[in-house]
Parts: sequence; structure tokens; C-alpha cells
Amino acid sequence: MADTATKTEEAHSDHHDDHHHDQSFWSKYVFSTDHKVIGMQYMLTGVAMALIGGFMSYVFRMQLAFPDESVPFFGRVSSLEYNALVTNHGTIMIFWVAMPILIAAFGNFLIPLMCGCDDMVFPRINRLSYQVFLLSAVVLVISFFVPGGGFGGAWTAYPPLSANAEYSLTPMGSTLWILAVALEFVAFLMGGINFITTAMNARAKGMRMFDIPLVVWMIVIASILFMISVGPLIAGAIMLLLDQLVGTAFFNPFRGGDPILWQHLFWFFGHPEVYVVLLPALGIVGEIIPTFARKKFFGYKLALYTVFATGILSFVVWAHHQFIAGVDPRMVHLFTVTTLLISIPIAELCFLYIATLYGGSISFKTPMLWALAFVVEFLIGGVTGIHLGASGADIYMHDTYFVVAHFHYTFFPIAIIGFYAGITFWFPKWTGCMLNEFWGKVHFWLTIIPFNCIFIPLFILGMGGQHRRIYNHQHFSELATPEYQNLRIFATVSLIVMLLAQVIFFVNIILSLRKGKKAGKNPWKANTLEWTTESPPGHGNFKELPEVYRGPYEYSVPGRKEDYWPQDQKE
Amino acid sequence: MGTAEAKTLPRSRSSDKSLPNGLLGMLIFILTEIMVFAALISAYLVARSSAEEWPPIDQPRLPVVATAFNTIILLSSGVFTYMANRAFFIPKQEAKACQLFLIAILLGSFFVLFQGYEWIGLIHYGLTMTSSPYGSFFYLIIGGHALHAIVAISIMVLAYRKMKQAVLTPSEFWTGQAFWYLVVGVWPILYYFVYLS
Ligand code: HEM
Ligand SMILES: [Cu+2]
Repeated sequence: MADTATKTEEAHSDHHDDHHHDQSFWSKYVFSTDHKVIGMQYMLTGVAMALIGGFMSYVFRMQLAFPDESVPFFGRVSSLEYNALVTNHGTIMIFWVAMPILIAAFGNFLIPLMCGCDDMVFPRINRLSYQVFLLSAVVLVISFFVPGGGFGGAWTAYPPLSANAEYSLTPMGSTLWILAVALEFVAFLMGGINFITTAMNARAKGMRMFDIPLVVWMIVIASILFMISVGPLIAGAIMLLLDQLVGTAFFNPFRGGDPILWQHLFWFFGHPEVYVVLLPALGIVGEIIPTFARKKFFGYKLALYTVFATGILSFVVWAHHQFIAGVDPRMVHLFTVTTLLISIPIAELCFLYIATLYGGSISFKTPMLWALAFVVEFLIGGVTGIHLGASGADIYMHDTYFVVAHFHYTFFPIAIIGFYAGITFWFPKWTGCMLNEFWGKVHFWLTIIPFNCIFIPLFILGMGGQHRRIYNHQHFSELATPEYQNLRIFATVSLIVMLLAQVIFFVNIILSLRKGKKAGKNPWKANTLEWTTESPPGHGNFKELPEVYRGPYEYSVPGRKEDYWPQDQKE
Repeated sequence: MGTAEAKTLPRSRSSDKSLPNGLLGMLIFILTEIMVFAALISAYLVARSSAEEWPPIDQPRLPVVATAFNTIILLSSGVFTYMANRAFFIPKQEAKACQLFLIAILLGSFFVLFQGYEWIGLIHYGLTMTSSPYGSFFYLIIGGHALHAIVAISIMVLAYRKMKQAVLTPSEFWTGQAFWYLVVGVWPILYYFVYLS
């Protein structure tokens, strides 16, 4: 399919006429092939899905804190609804928030601008990618409302629960869920092909491999990781779908199938997937820190090699999710070793960021606050991963709230902090207006502090033995103590504070668009190519396609009057 | 909606040696496809190694010899595609390239039809998607390959029509061929694991 589309792309593009002068609203914002518009569509869809996912977390956290009481704006939560909410919260946040925002929205917006070209290499595949993505989101949302309700077998969809309607009790919900995920993958396959090809083939004159900004590299490497890891999950999803619909015997033990097989296929994708979303966030932070520390990125090449190594290593750690699933104990040792190994490059990257800060003249603008918060919070996530990677400890902590807290200390920095870091940094470029600093900082603190207040209690609860898939802890006397219940309530209240604080962000955006300061071309005095063009960039991005003379991080170069040195300036 | 080709500046400027956009995109796609087939085969091997008897006693045996013949047909289709490609890039050989390409397409189509014919027999003898994990995997893997073959042949038919009208660009031709080489290239591996071993 991608192939035929490629052909039309090439065949048509030579008799293309420029008719962008009097475009209607529809062709300009809905059916545009412009990468900036498509990036914005991904961004807005991702944010809308984040609101849905956030609302879900509010509902199930209320159920945990105040069991069986009616939840405002929702009503009483049944156990089936609870499962569907948790499942779809996870699915949405990973596949419909982290992926579209970090990879697709920022990738679409940044890659052509930072590589100095006028659009993606396959603009029409790009548009199709968004349309398929939108369709996938619609299918997922529909799946909540079909008879039986949305799928509730956890975002990992382990069979036999997910393979049989008798167990999941959601005959239509689970099928639509898989269908939505599959469509989403198709969308990202098309997007990833575009990102990699554009960054490889369409760079500005003079931009060598090591002149490419980190964030572009990171998105490209993430796309490659995605392309390689998604194959097995596509295969697994087809098999699961056939088990559900046709009654085949892949994963169903009663027919001779093997449920563990699904876990292997899922986690072979699932672990690289966490790096797929991590890398773009690391890249965004990697752009912000040098800009606001006015220092050259410390160890640019080292960072790239490290990320390559991490990417390769990330394919051989997947069974750390299955330590107690009945896999061979010898294999458990092997995967413990690889898991502990992979924390080394991750730690190294954090050190590179800290080393970049060292001795810099740091200004704490809002984007910088987010970037620094990313490093701090992600560190906690990474360190707790080491505890889980040691199989001896994981036997006790698997499937407790300790795991939940671990991956939220990784995913929240990635998806939410990374998003805010990127959006506050590039908002002036995207819209031409500056965001209000004061409200940006208020929003920052009112997000970061409650975030920690939500998840530190969950570490404690997890160590106390609270299993992660219980819908009412009052049914378990050792978990129903008042101390534990207070921790749950504290986490839930913190969540509500954090969710409400997001209103500040949206109000700030609207006010800044209305009467924010004009940004000018380069408000942060940054080096990369996107800052050399208008804000917002016009159609075709650059008046004249730029030429590149140096790497992206030449800040505070001795002997220069200015403390920055844009990539496209000859002298 | 003006893309770069419409303007004077060429889009690809990094290096003259870089692959054409279409081909590079296709190769990335093929990487994913290879991983899909690798996953199917490893899942198949896992299922086989944990089964008590493989193939199950009550399931029919696969037509190994007839499929060996069919394998040769498919491989020769790949060879003809390659020869067509060679001829395509030699001036004044367009007619020959067309002929060779047509043979490749016909051989490929024969492969698919013959597979379908074999399936009718197998279903008749009781091997279906739901009869056992053996049947499930057989139809999943071989059927997945057949679907790819059908898509690839459709692409080749489109390319053939363009070639006859002399409007097929080298980059398009490469892109289409690459997909067919994937179909041809994974087949012996599938044949080895599913039919032979
Ligand atoms: C890149 C950032 C990371 C992300 C996004 C991430 C995400 C996740 C997620 C989503 C899970 C839970 C899956 C589930 O059962 O639902 C998880 C579990 C786990 N993570 Fe991480 N992780 C990251 C980093 C790490 C690191 C650096 C390590 C080890 C050094 C690690 C080790 C583990 C282990 C061992 C588990 C399995 C725990 C269990 O289920 O018992 N993670 N992680
Ligand atoms: Cu993992």
C-alpha cells in the first residue's frame, strides 16, 4: 500500500501547480499536505486524547480513593468499567498521546524546518498518515460505547483474557481496541518512513550527518526502532484478532495455543517502544539545555553513539516484563543482565545533560525549567527500573503499584514534561507569539509538585504489596488499613490538583495568542535552522533554502561578539 | 500544496549517491515486513517446539514436492524481474524489458494460483485455520505471504502498463521491484520452515 502511494507521490509531484494563494479553510487546515499543518493536527488530536485519558485517570483514581461512591461527572464505577478505564487510559496515553505528540507532531514540525527543506519528502503519505491516525482515534473512542463497553484486559492485552469474549466480557470492545491499535501503527509506519527519508535525503546543503540537531536524530532513531519492533506486534495483533474472530488456536490454551507467546511478541515491541517515546523527549531536552545554558552540547557524538547502542540493547531486554510469567530461569538471568546493562547508557545520557549545564550561564526560562525537571524526574524512573530489572527483587514487586510508579516516573517526564518543554520552547516559532513567562512558571510548579505527590505514595503502596489490578481495596483486609487509604486519597487529591492546573496552560495559550509579545525570528537566540525563518514560517518554510556551515550547538564561541552562531551564517 | 519539485530547487541535495526517495522509503517498509515474517516464523517455531507431535497425527501432510516446483517458479519470476531491470536500463532494449517483465508477472501469478489450488486440497483433507495450531499457523504464514504476493503483483501490473507507455521512471521501477524481491526472497525461508523442517 505504501508502495503504490509512493508512486503516485512521485508521478504527480512534477505537474504540480502552486495554488496556495487563495486556499479555502478546508484545503488549508484539513486537507493540507503542509508538514506544519499536519504537525499541528497531530498535536491537537494528541492533546484532545490526553484530556480524555486524563479524565479516565480521574475517574478510576476516585474509585480507588473513595470506593464505590458516586464519582462526580461520571457516576458509580462498576468493576468492568474500572477495568476499561484503566486499560484505555494506558493505551491512550502511550499510543494516542506520547506517540503522536512526541514523534508525529514534533517530528512533522521540526524535521523539515531543522533540516532546512520545504516539506516532507512524501507530503501526501504524510497527510494520509494523519487521516489514518484520526480514524484510529475515532475507532478507539467508539469502542467505549459499544454494547459490553470498552476493552478491559489491560494495555498489554494478555490472552486468554483478551482472546475470548467469555473472559473479557467485551466482545466488540476488544475487537475494536485491536483494530484501533492496528490502524494507529499503520499511521506511524507511514509517518516514520517520511521522517527517516526526509532526514536522510532532503537536508540543507552543507548539513553533514553530525550537523543534524539532536532532536532530529532522536526522532529518526526512534522511528527506526519503531519500524523494527512493530513487526512482531503487528503479527501478534493479527493472530489475536484471528483468535477472537475466527477462533484460531494461536494463544488460546484450550485449543493448544500458547498465551506466553503473545507476551513475547508484545514485549519485543513493548520495551523498544518505551525508547521510541523516550528518544524524542531526550532530543527536545537536548535542544533546550544548550540554548538556555549558552553552552555547546557536551559530547554530541557520544550521545548519538550511546543512543545507537541503547537502541540495539533495547531489543534484548523484553523478558524483564515476564520474570514471573513462567519463562525459563536461565533466561531470567540473561535478561536481568541486559536490563541492568541498559541503565548504563541511560545514566550516561543524563550525565551528558548535567555536564552541558556545568559552567553555563543558565537562565531559568519556562522551557528550561521543564527540561531540567525532565532530567530530575526521569532519573527517579530510571533508578527504580534497576530495582525491577533485578529478577530477585522483581518477583516481589511485579504487578504492584511499585511498577506503576516506576513507569509513570518515566512516561510522565517523557510524554507530559517533554511535551511542555517542547511546546513552550517552539511555541514562538509555531505561532509567532511569546508565551507568558509568569503563568508558564505557575503552571510548571503546579504540575511538577502534584505529580510527585501522586506517585511517591504509589511507591510506598507498591512496596506494601498493593497489587495493581484491584478495583476496591476494601475487599482485602491487609490493604484496607487507614494509613494506606490515606495515601490513596492523597494521591487522588494531588491528581485532581494537577489536572486542574492544566487549565492555566490553556488559558495562557489563548491569552498569549491574543496579546502576547511578538516573537520575532529568533527569540531564544538559538542556532538551529528553524530560527532563521519567519515566525510562524510561511508556506515553503524558507524564502531561500538555507545553507549550513557548522554544527547546531556553537554557543559562547570564544572570540565572537555574539554568544551564538547560527548554523546558516557563513561568518 | 506546491512540493519541492514544482520549484526550481531540487529536493534531495545531501549527496548524489543517496538512494532515491521512493526506494529508501520502500526499503524501510521492507525492514518492517521482514520483522513481521521473522516474528511469524519464530512464533511458529515456539509453538512447534512445545507441541507433543508436529504435525498432529490427524492433520494432513503438506504437498512438499508440488510446492518445491512452485518455489522454483517463484524464484525464476524473481530472476526474470532482475533481467527485465537490466534490460530496462540499456537503451533501445525497452521492448525486451517489457517482455521479460511480463513473463515475471505471469510466473508470479501462476505461483499464487497454484498455491490456491493446493489450499483447496488441504481444506478438503481437513486442514483449516481452526482445526489445530498447526492449521492456524499454516494459513497465517502462507496466507500472509500470498497476500503480499497479490499486492506485489498488482503493483507490478501497474508498473508494466507504465513501462509499455514508456513513462515508468527508474525510481518507480526500483521501488516496485524491491517489494517483489521481498516476496520472492522470504518464500524459500518460509518453505524451509513450514514445509521441510
Ligand atoms: C525509557 C524509560 C522507561 C519507560 C518509558 C519504562 C516503562 C515501563 C513500563 C510501561 C513498564 C510496565 C509495563 C506493565 O507491566 O504494564 C515498565 C516496567 C519495567 N521497567 Fe521500565 N521503563 C523505562 C525505563 C526502564 C529502565 C531504565 C529499566 C531498567 C534499568 C526498566 C526496567 C523495568 C522493568 C524490569 C519492568 C518490569 C517490572 C515488572 O513488571 O515487574 N525500565 N517500564
Ligand atoms: Cu521494559
